[in-house]
Amino acid sequence: MNINFKNGKMVLAVGAVLVVSVSTILAQQASLIPDARLIKPEELVKVLQSSKSEKPLLIQVGFHVLYAQAHIRGSEYIGPASSESGLQQLRKRVESLPRSKNIVIYCGCCPWSHCPNVKPAHDALQAMGFTNVKVLYIANNFGTDWVDKGYPVTKGD
Amino acid sequence: MNQKKLLIGIAAIAVAFGVFLLEHSLRRRPTSLQGTLAPDFSLPQLTGERLELSAYRGKVVLLDFWATWCDPCREEIPRFVDLQNEYGSQGLQIIGVSMDDEPGPVRDFSQRFKMNYPVVIGNARIGEVYGGVLGLPIAFLIGRDGRIYAKHIGATDISVFEGEIVNLLRSKSSQLGR
Repeated sequence: MNINFKNGKMVLAVGAVLVVSVSTILAQQASLIPDARLIKPEELVKVLQSSKSEKPLLIQVGFHVLYAQAHIRGSEYIGPASSESGLQQLRKRVESLPRSKNIVIYCGCCPWSHCPNVKPAHDALQAMGFTNVKVLYIANNFGTDWVDKGYPVTKGD
Repeated sequence: MNQKKLLIGIAAIAVAFGVFLLEHSLRRRPTSLQGTLAPDFSLPQLTGERLELSAYRGKVVLLDFWATWCDPCREEIPRFVDLQNEYGSQGLQIIGVSMDDEPGPVRDFSQRFKMNYPVVIGNARIGEVYGGVLGLPIAFLIGRDGRIYAKHIGATDISVFEGEIVNLLRSKSSQLGR
């Protein structure tokens, strides 16, 4: 009886660990962002180059060493949204904005399915009630899918 | 008055031209570093000592740009540990360049994965010198003569690395019999 009780506790503990692990993985899965929330690089370039379109607030939610080498002109560095401090920075940056504000977030550190940053950033903005958020779909990485295509970039902090 | 307007106009054109030049200088050029001497660098290792790439001239070097937050990088590292064990005595030296923003997680990772090759803390400058490290992993294979033989972007099958390493180790001139 005692052994069964111990076994039951162990099963519960293993189950809890599994649930936490799976939740953590899913929370970072960029692939789970709905297609309707994505914007392709070529679409964003058109928006940025158009004199008529409202310009979105562009936020890089990835790693500084990559941002410092090259980032989309006009975009702001927030910090990796895979960390709690990065998420806090993101929330702080947008908290005073109208919830209809046009916001585009991007990273490009890794192939899309491996990016640890865009999904947490997307979810945080959604939880805050922002209704006009897009995530830049970077299939491979920022170098291949943005810089190599000759889209406008700048560098520095 | 007209002269003032003219000066303002010229200044505006100069600024626009400057921005244009800056943007174009940042665009990735199609030329690769292949065949050229690998840019030398001196960067701090996790131990605090500095590592200079030129000190490894005469060895075949696999220069791996990686980070602890990069899944494909993490998957490659145990294979690199194996390669270093297998071919280190024949002249292979793997060098990791961490692109993490902080060294703490790199130190932990290095110990946990028993990395048997030096890891230096990279920065934006080394990324630019190597043509822009704007996505990970990126690895360069450098021959004994210090020239870059290959650049691999993204996760690469370990057998590809191994084949190239064996070729480079055999080749006295590091030209891979090409």
